[in-house]
Amino acid sequence: MLNYIAKRLAMAIPTLWIVITLSFFLMRIAPGGPFDGERQLPPEIEANLMAAYHLDEPLWMQYLRYMGNLLQGDFGPSFKYKDFSVTELIMQGFPVSLELGALAIGLALLLGLPMGVMAALKRNTALDYSLMGVALGGIAIPNFVIAPLMALFFGVILGWLPVGGWNGGALPNLVLPVVALAIQQIAYVARMMRASMIEVLGSHYIRTARAKGLQEYEVILRHALRPAMLPVLSYLGPAIAGIITGSVVIEQIFGLPGIGRYFVQGALNRDYTLVMGTVVFYGVLIVLMNLIVDLLYSLFDPQIRYDD
Amino acid sequence: MTSSSNASADDRSATVAGESLGREAWRRLRQNRAAMASLVMLGVMTLACVVGPWLLPWGLAEVDWNAFGVPPTLEGNHFLGTDANGRDLLTRTLHGGRISLSVALVATLVSLVIGVLYGAIAGYMGGRVDSLMMRFVDIMYSLPFMFLVILLMVVLGRNILLIYAAIGAVEWLDMARIVRGQTLSLKRREFIEAAHALGVRDSKIVLRHLIPNSVGPVIIYVTLTVPKVILLESFLSFLGLGVQEPLTSWGVLISEGTSNMQGAPWMLIVPAVFLAVTLFCLNFLGDGLRDALDPRTR
Amino acid sequence: MSASPLQRNASGLALGLAMATSTLFASATQAQTLDIGVMGELASFDTSQVAGGVWESQVLMDVYEGLFKLAPDGELLPGMATDYQVSEDGRTYTFQLRDDARWSDGEPVTAEDFVTGWRHLLKPRNASKYAYMLYPVVNAEAVNRGDMPPEKLGVEALDEGRTLRVELEHSTPYFPQLLTHYTAYPLPTHLLEEHGSDWVDLEHIATNGAFTPVEWVSQSRISVEPNSQYYDAEQVSLERVNYHTSEDRNAALSRFRAGELDIVREYASERYQWLKENLPEATRMAPYLGSYYYVFNHRDGHPTSDARVREALSLAIRRKVLAEQLMQGTFEPAHAFVPPGVNHYEGLDEAPTAGKLEARMARARKLLQEAGYGPDNPLQLRLRYNSSEEHKRIAVAIAAMWRPLGVEVDLINAEATVHYQTIAEGDFDVARAGWVADYNDAENFLTLLKSGVGNNYGAYANPAFDALLEKAARTQDADARQALLEEAETLAMQDHAVAPLLYYVSRNLVNPALKGWQNNIEDDHPSRWISFEE
Repeated sequence: MLNYIAKRLAMAIPTLWIVITLSFFLMRIAPGGPFDGERQLPPEIEANLMAAYHLDEPLWMQYLRYMGNLLQGDFGPSFKYKDFSVTELIMQGFPVSLELGALAIGLALLLGLPMGVMAALKRNTALDYSLMGVALGGIAIPNFVIAPLMALFFGVILGWLPVGGWNGGALPNLVLPVVALAIQQIAYVARMMRASMIEVLGSHYIRTARAKGLQEYEVILRHALRPAMLPVLSYLGPAIAGIITGSVVIEQIFGLPGIGRYFVQGALNRDYTLVMGTVVFYGVLIVLMNLIVDLLYSLFDPQIRYDD
Repeated sequence: MTSSSNASADDRSATVAGESLGREAWRRLRQNRAAMASLVMLGVMTLACVVGPWLLPWGLAEVDWNAFGVPPTLEGNHFLGTDANGRDLLTRTLHGGRISLSVALVATLVSLVIGVLYGAIAGYMGGRVDSLMMRFVDIMYSLPFMFLVILLMVVLGRNILLIYAAIGAVEWLDMARIVRGQTLSLKRREFIEAAHALGVRDSKIVLRHLIPNSVGPVIIYVTLTVPKVILLESFLSFLGLGVQEPLTSWGVLISEGTSNMQGAPWMLIVPAVFLAVTLFCLNFLGDGLRDALDPRTR
Repeated sequence: MSASPLQRNASGLALGLAMATSTLFASATQAQTLDIGVMGELASFDTSQVAGGVWESQVLMDVYEGLFKLAPDGELLPGMATDYQVSEDGRTYTFQLRDDARWSDGEPVTAEDFVTGWRHLLKPRNASKYAYMLYPVVNAEAVNRGDMPPEKLGVEALDEGRTLRVELEHSTPYFPQLLTHYTAYPLPTHLLEEHGSDWVDLEHIATNGAFTPVEWVSQSRISVEPNSQYYDAEQVSLERVNYHTSEDRNAALSRFRAGELDIVREYASERYQWLKENLPEATRMAPYLGSYYYVFNHRDGHPTSDARVREALSLAIRRKVLAEQLMQGTFEPAHAFVPPGVNHYEGLDEAPTAGKLEARMARARKLLQEAGYGPDNPLQLRLRYNSSEEHKRIAVAIAAMWRPLGVEVDLINAEATVHYQTIAEGDFDVARAGWVADYNDAENFLTLLKSGVGNNYGAYANPAFDALLEKAARTQDADARQALLEEAETLAMQDHAVAPLLYYVSRNLVNPALKGWQNNIEDDHPSRWISFEE
């Protein structure tokens, strides 16, 4: 097992290197530059800017420079947010996104898993239909629609909760964004859990367990639940990486200082260093989450082993 | 789970292999009322999107200069109102359905064909092959999607088919990981090991045994992918890659509607209802299909 | 969280009561905190590093003060300078600085600090985007190019830092206007020397304006508090100002309605009608120095290089429909390039594009026919715009207005960076562009049509127009200069250099309990004038 982890971590390095290299050139070949905007800059000012960011050097040299700095842990300064380095921006925003994302995932599992299990057990009953109807609603209504409506209803009309702002992560400020983030995830988890639970309940070894005369709850908790979670687990790896790195929609609607906006705005502004920072950060998370998921597989299904 | 004779009970493919699979499944699907109703509904929806725009009095880009953003009315034959530019919303929604439904179809096909095969092969082969294949998936996840899209546009020019390429490029990843997870678990089961011992070719094991046994999560995940890609398409349009005015799609209409949500709710509700109905139908159909393909759960 | 009367009538009785108590509590503790929703994030407190968003000047003008400052109505008032003299030839300005001006750390503000600030802005190494704002100063351009050392810049501290003398390349009547822009602010020389580029960190920074920054949560909020060293500190009544980054205009409106924001610096045009009915006292709209126009491509090979085509296209645009029906009154129809309200400028009286529709369409048809377009050979155009709901709606409407002429329009949208890069390369027939004035002068708009200028996307080139602008730049007499600029604009409009479409208006939401907030054409509202009604 440790051997496997070591191998995977060793592989993470070339994986990330490929990601960084591909992203660097993808980004730099794409049209539009960090200084293209509504106002064309006078040529001498553009020249100053290019020189200040070393954009006047050949691309391969810029790449080597970037990699060199990166190896020393330096992500460089943001092109747009001048008073912060990329590291500062990510380190300042990530705790916010992480807290929101972790709460949303927690909520999604807390509600989604039981919903899915219940629906599977009471399959094709009114309970099943109503649970899945609710879940479908969560999928059908995009969060850029539901979030402003929630803000309007609970914040403006009822006045129960703040409409926006982070406020140091105070509980009232967390409620609406977490719920808005979680709704879709609840629906995903519930739908997938229901399907794989049905699958597992029909399988041979559950029938065997039942035939042994085990109590139904025992069958479910001890034998069915864990293997049924495999597809959810597979889904969660990349999903968690995505959710804890924030959502630009939720952050803008609720005025939250997370890092989700950097992924979109960094790219739209062609803030090269910021884009690369987010790519590296996200890449590390993806690699890590997928590793954790792969390790959890063998915990959830002892038949899965990676020794070969 | 000890005797290999029992193992076949786990193996769905053993009982529904070959020719009978289609007919058998279809027979079972027909018995599922919700699924059949959904199928009919989807058919009607598709037909409406394809044929409807020709039957309506307004054209896709035609502006009614007297009716900017009017709510649903019979006056001027704007049955579902007009958009902020005075164009008939029903006409545009049906037109948009052509794009959105086809995007959904392509994304589904891509994630089914590439994602399922890729995941099953990686999981079944295991070891170094699995490791390399999955690292490729990690890389694809990590690449900045927006630049991928923009470069596609530069290389291939402005073309509506690009939407499909861009969406296809990313939509198989989740599916590949899910199917791989299932395969890792399935391949140690007796029926696979038995098939292996009997000298069944690897390709046959993957296609006949592993994939059919992952069909439940696959179908569900496909139905979950559809709304995602329909909305993703509107982001592509923002970048200039997706549909260009006067063409439209449900994703674009919904995001337009959102900005007018409070002043002109119908601009959001109309396309959103079309999308929601499609999703509900797809889900019932998906559940029905899953049951129909599963011989054990009758 | 300041008291908002709007909040109270929003809900049922019991809730209303609960809320009224909570707002009362809030107002008792924090009544003098002003919460402003701004449309984006400040790039830097270092004025040479600012990116140019209109929201950035809001923060900067509160924490810094130039030689002049702005009154609530946007007029110039003495700032760091108490008095100034202009030489006969208009090329030498001498400013006397106030002797009670201090940085927030207690150090005096001297003429040396202006010299430091301006040199800092123009040093090539600092790569300031807006360095060109100071190009009227002698040698500024050469310094910025790196051809001359910063010491050669035509600005000098005299009388032990109590007097500042500025030499200009040629007389620049709008120079005092430029001095309110953040590029002309002083910088704390002592801090730059002590901390280098780290001077701008909040732990080191000192500012000379009415407020000074105390907290910055990136992408969320910047907070400033009164600068106790400010010469007019007693007149500042707010205890704190928070600038909340609020890119989503509808979300900002919700926060305003909930009383979380006192001022929102822009509301969505789609909400204007609703706001007018429901929050009439809070909804502000005023003329603004911004022009929304379509660029015609004058380069060879584009159909728009034919003046007849340009005229026909411009004639067929129904600007009133755009402004009033499509944008619901949140724009003004534009028949000229320079918006009304510019200092010392009248603009054009009669515009052919404002005539009767039938006559305009008849003429447009005739012009297109003459240019060789007709049913057999329809005019095909590529119209580019940058992605946004507003731009899309306008482009779609204009394409529909051109359709009766038999014009086939290919609409192409792209994100802003790609859009501007593409049109700068000349790859379009018609393209959307906009300009918001850097300073209140017609020259700032008309320069966009000068040949060889980067912002002249369509490559309009008329030597007579260029000559008029050159002549105006060297004319000191305000009236004579005005006549020259007006002549130039008339010429450009006769050439249909661009199709002016709309004038921007400023759209603010302002808590009616605020005093000292006035609509003005620059849409600049220094917080130091603002207070809450007792």
